[in-house]
Amino acid sequence: MYGKGLRPLSIASAAALGTALGLIFFYAPLDADQGFIQKIFYVHVPLAIVALCGFMAAGIMGIRYLRSGDRSWDMRSYVAIHLSIVLAVGVLITGAIWAKASWGHWWVWDEPTLVSFLIIFLLYCCYQPLRFSIEDPERQARYAAVFSIVAGAFVPLNFVAVRLAQAFSHPRVLSTTGGNMPGSMRLTFLVSLLAIALLYITLWKLELTSKNATMQLKRLRRRLELELDEQHVAAGAPAPPVGTVPAQPVGD
Amino acid sequence: MTRTAWAILRKDLQIELRTKESVPAMALFSVTVFVLFHFGLKRNEIEGDLAAGVLWVTLILATVLAVNRLFVNEREQGGIDGLLLAPIDRTAVFLAKAAALFLYLVLVEVVAVPAFALLLLGPDLLKPLPSLVAILLLADLGLAAVGALVSALAVETRARDLIVPLLLLPLLVPVAIAGANGTSPLFSGSQSPHELGKWLGLLGLYDMVFLLVSIAVFDFLLED
Repeated sequence: MYGKGLRPLSIASAAALGTALGLIFFYAPLDADQGFIQKIFYVHVPLAIVALCGFMAAGIMGIRYLRSGDRSWDMRSYVAIHLSIVLAVGVLITGAIWAKASWGHWWVWDEPTLVSFLIIFLLYCCYQPLRFSIEDPERQARYAAVFSIVAGAFVPLNFVAVRLAQAFSHPRVLSTTGGNMPGSMRLTFLVSLLAIALLYITLWKLELTSKNATMQLKRLRRRLELELDEQHVAAGAPAPPVGTVPAQPVGD
Repeated sequence: MTRTAWAILRKDLQIELRTKESVPAMALFSVTVFVLFHFGLKRNEIEGDLAAGVLWVTLILATVLAVNRLFVNEREQGGIDGLLLAPIDRTAVFLAKAAALFLYLVLVEVVAVPAFALLLLGPDLLKPLPSLVAILLLADLGLAAVGALVSALAVETRARDLIVPLLLLPLLVPVAIAGANGTSPLFSGSQSPHELGKWLGLLGLYDMVFLLVSIAVFDFLLED
C-alpha cells in the first residue's frame, strides 16, 4: 500500500533533478562577485530548506501518532527525521565549502543560519540514540514522538535566538529568501528547490515501502513457521530449521 | 492539581533535605569548574564576555547533574509506580519536578554566583545585581522546564547518563545565548546595560514555549 505512486514520483524527481542541473550549469548567469562557486547556492539552500521542513513535518507526524496511536505515523516520523539528518550533513558540507570559497574560512560563526543549523543538527543527532536505547517498542514510539515534537518546536525558536545574537552580522551577500535575485537566478533556485523536495519525498516513500515490506515478510515468515510446526507436531516428526523454508512463494 | 503538585514537590524537597544528593553536588561542581577555568584560561580575573561565558557554561553543566538525578529516585525505588497508580493529573508531576529543579538551581546560584564573584570576577558585582538576578531567575525557569522534560524522556533509556547531556545541551543553547549576551555588559563594569530587555524577552519567550510544550507532551511520557 506504500508502494503506490512510487514509480511516477521517482520519474518526476529524476526529471526535476536533471532540469535543475541543466539550469544551474547552462542557464543561470554567473554571479558578479563570487563567480562559479556561487552555483553551490542552488544545492545548499534547497537542501537546508527541505531538511528543516522535514524536521518540522516529523514533529507534526509525531503529534498525529500521539493522537491516533497508529504506529504507521511513528514510522513516517522516524523516516522523515532520518532522511533530514542525511540532508543536514549535505547542508553542513556544502555550507563549509561555500564559506571557504567566498569568505576564506571553512566555518564562520557570524552566519546565523549556518550556526542555527549546526545546533539543530546536533540536537537531532540524539534522536536515534534515544530511540534505540528504549527497548519496549510501544514506549519507543511514544518517546520518539515526544522528542520529535519538542525538537520541532525548538527549530524556529533557535533561529530567533541565534539571529538575535548576531547584532553586527555581515552584510548579506545573497539573501536566502530570494528577495533580490534576478529572474533567471530565481527560476533556477525554485526549480532546484522543487527537485530536492521531490527527491526527499521519493526517498521517504521508498524507505517506508521497504520498511513495510520487511515487516510484512517477517510476519509471514513467523506465521509459516508456526504452521509448519503444527504440521510436524501432528505428523510426529521434529520441525526442520527455519532457514530451509523458502520464503519466496509467500512473500507477496 | 496545585495541591497534588505541592505534595510531590514537598516529598522531593524532603528527600533532598535528608539525602543531600543534588544541590551540594551541583554547588561543589560549580566551584570546581571555576577553579578549572582559572587554570584553563590562565587568568586571575575575568570580565565582560569571558566572565559571562564562564558563568553560564558552568551553570548549564551543573544543571546536567541535577537533570540526571531528577527521576532516579522514582525509577530505582519504584516510586514511579505509586505516582502512576494514583489518580492524579500527570501535569502535576511535571510541575512538581520542574519546581524542584527550579529551587535546586536557585539554591546552587546562591552559592555559585558569590563564589564566582569572589574567585574570578574582576568588576564589582553589587551594582548590577538586580539585573543579574532577573536574568538568572528567568533562565532558571527555562532550565527547569526543559530539564524536567528531558529527565523524563531519558529515564527510561538504557544509557540515561549519556542521553541527558546529548539531548539537553543543544536544547539549552538559546538560554546560553540570551544569558551570556544579557550578563556580559553587567560584568564589564559599565553602568547602563543596553539591550537587557531584548535578552529578557528572549528568555521569557523560551520559557513560555517550553513550559507549554512540556505540559502538552508530558502526559505521554508517563502513560503506563
